[in-house]
Amino acid sequence: MDDERTTARILVLGIGNILWADEGFGVRVLEALDASHVFPDTVTLLDGGTQGLYLLPYLEEADGVVIVDAVDYGLVPGTLHILADDEVPAVLAARKVSLHQTGFQEILGLLALRGKTPARIVLVGVQPELLDDYGGGLTATIAAQVEPAARKVLDILKGEFGVVPAPRAGQGSATSGSLVTAAVGRQSYESERPSAEAACRIGDPRVLATSRS
Amino acid sequence: MTIQTPNGFSLDTSGKRIVVDPVTRIEGHMRCEVNVDSNNVIRNAVSTGTMWRGLEVILKGRDPRDAWAFVERICGVCTGCHALTSVRAVEDALQIKIPNNAFLIREIMAKVLQWHDHVVHFYHLHALDWVNPVNALKADPKATSVLQQSISAHSKSSPGYFRDVQNRLKKFVESGQLGIFKNGYWDNPAYLLPPEADLLAVTHYLEALDFQKEIVKVHTIFGGKNPHPNYLVGGVPCAINMNGDMAAGAPLNMERLNFVKLKLQEAFEFSQNVYVPDVIAIASFYKGWLYGGGLSGQNVMDYGDYEAIQGQKKTDRLPGGVILNGNWNEVHPIDPRNPDEVQEFVAHSWYTYGDANKDKGLHPWDGITDPQYVLGPNAKGTRTNIEAVDENAKYSWIKAPRWKGNAVEVGPLARYILAYAQGVDYVKGQVDEALGQFNTLAGTQLTAKQALPSTIGRTLARALEAHYCAKMMLDDFDQLIANIKAGDTSTANMEKWDPSTWPKEAKGVGTVAAPRGGLGHWIKIKDGRIENYQCVVPTTWNGGPRDPKGNIGAFEASLMNTPMQRPEEPVEILRTLHSFDPCLACSTHVMSEGGEELARVTVR
Repeated sequence: MDDERTTARILVLGIGNILWADEGFGVRVLEALDASHVFPDTVTLLDGGTQGLYLLPYLEEADGVVIVDAVDYGLVPGTLHILADDEVPAVLAARKVSLHQTGFQEILGLLALRGKTPARIVLVGVQPELLDDYGGGLTATIAAQVEPAARKVLDILKGEFGVVPAPRAGQGSATSGSLVTAAVGRQSYESERPSAEAACRIGDPRVLATSRS
Repeated sequence: MTIQTPNGFSLDTSGKRIVVDPVTRIEGHMRCEVNVDSNNVIRNAVSTGTMWRGLEVILKGRDPRDAWAFVERICGVCTGCHALTSVRAVEDALQIKIPNNAFLIREIMAKVLQWHDHVVHFYHLHALDWVNPVNALKADPKATSVLQQSISAHSKSSPGYFRDVQNRLKKFVESGQLGIFKNGYWDNPAYLLPPEADLLAVTHYLEALDFQKEIVKVHTIFGGKNPHPNYLVGGVPCAINMNGDMAAGAPLNMERLNFVKLKLQEAFEFSQNVYVPDVIAIASFYKGWLYGGGLSGQNVMDYGDYEAIQGQKKTDRLPGGVILNGNWNEVHPIDPRNPDEVQEFVAHSWYTYGDANKDKGLHPWDGITDPQYVLGPNAKGTRTNIEAVDENAKYSWIKAPRWKGNAVEVGPLARYILAYAQGVDYVKGQVDEALGQFNTLAGTQLTAKQALPSTIGRTLARALEAHYCAKMMLDDFDQLIANIKAGDTSTANMEKWDPSTWPKEAKGVGTVAAPRGGLGHWIKIKDGRIENYQCVVPTTWNGGPRDPKGNIGAFEASLMNTPMQRPEEPVEILRTLHSFDPCLACSTHVMSEGGEELARVTVR
């Protein structure tokens, strides 16, 4: 059984739009994992961004999927919450993962139609604090959850799939962090942000009202 | 209550108002309101972009060499074309000439994206406006096989193959997992296909999924990774070493290039044997439904793209220009640098240029993106819950771009009309052949000028363009191999990488024939940093609101005079709007309730 577990193909998928504050959480957790650990070939780290249908091939090839995302659970901001398998579609149903608003549920529907639903899907979600800050980075509350979420992913990889990635030597060196292009890596993205005077940070009240309700 | 627009449309707002919000299966957020008369014919249409889009402002002060990585995040669909447009704009500003290999690799990547985007759009986002998957369960697999063999040489055409798909579909539907298909209006009389054509289309819907995942591997090879492939100001970020090994991150070698060629050939065959024939066959069942032409019968625009010879714009294989008033005998040249040509207006958009300039148009180099969210006096509802917008005031987050004051349609159809009018042989051959087949199947005698400016024509042009791109990328590939064999392995020109080599101030423009139409990025660089950045995206041209003179844009024009079978089931509205492949190119997937609904429709 151990053999089966260690040869299983695992996809660790961070989704969200890095341009909208805490929406970038999933991608940032993946970025942190990529910087801190070396993963075996059976594990694919994927910065899914706001891609929808384009992620289908990666999901189809995976036996197990760990999704990291900002999810509105109606909990206190910063709360990490983990769901698995059948619980996942329900919580993601309300979300438009983009690509022409192909919802994640629709992607899961396509996987089912094609008979390629991954055997195990785990969602590591954080309750976001702020989304309507265009061009903004993670809020302090959510930023504080990046490391804990990354640890959760490592725990899941070990506990569910028997995979133990090795810590990367020389953390933060030029060899790490290739997952997200440096220019939009968290460090330069957040530190080089133009001022509020130079760049409007206000979102659209009509759309954002829905997200707050 | 009737208003005559300067561009020749007669708007009547007296009838029942129908609101469709959101118009799903599109990127970003879009809402549409129409008024229908007592016969349920659309007599007024209002297109609203409901999402603040401020990408330009967050680029201020950033390194111009990084802009591509930001614009790649605008949305989940057009990633690569924004990145390409951005590096072109920066290279134009700094007068950097990229190596021919880099040019060809970018060309192949752009056309792969075009092909992929068009295929995904048709099968996964648009087909369900024409195809009824539930009806496919009633099909006779034998008759479906006969239909398939009559329209193309596609190898997967046996009755058994279609029976298998039908059984899978049946199981899927019976398990209550209708999921992907559950939001349709499947008993609406607007659906006209026989069950066999429905089964054929659903089968190819599944085949297209297999193809889309194969072709994007080309982006991984050339772009280093996918999604979000890498771009580089000055060239492409992949090196070439024909004797190199296959280690991860290693340069391009023969083995990888052979793999690319195989994928390009598969794409060519798929569009030839499946995509194009499907569109023609489906269209022939809708021969009486030639609505949706809107502006395309009058004004179309594209910047032109796909140079046969690098750096020689006049060798564009899809030449640009502007056609006005349906006069295909005259194509006006377009110059994106001319301050009097491309301009954006905000009289009806939730932005402000200051009170003194409220009716002025601004060229993108001087563009301002300053939000001003106010509803008109006749709007119904509240700021956060609009029941009806007031189209006489500001009503959209999209600006209204115009060419010399003219509202124009952009997109594959615009490019095909421009190419056809300018006598591009390949395009003429394709259009005439497709039309011949359509006329034979439908028993009609339509000319290109009658058939193309329509919803069906828009969908057909996209299919033909996908196939043309497949052909062109194979040509580009052969040229790349010839270059490499001749000893040229250069992929980047880094002479001007260092900002100390740049002028104190510079400005540039990049344009691309993006899947949804002509895309332009305008950049101003000062002291090595971005001073101003403006993107004018295709859906801005098509989906933008009215201009100060009252001209309506392409989305609004396309819906005019379309009869609806059942106003509470807006199949016709969705069909026509989806035919533009609308993409509000705006980012975000902020959580929103009801995301799985096809559309909320309100009739008042």
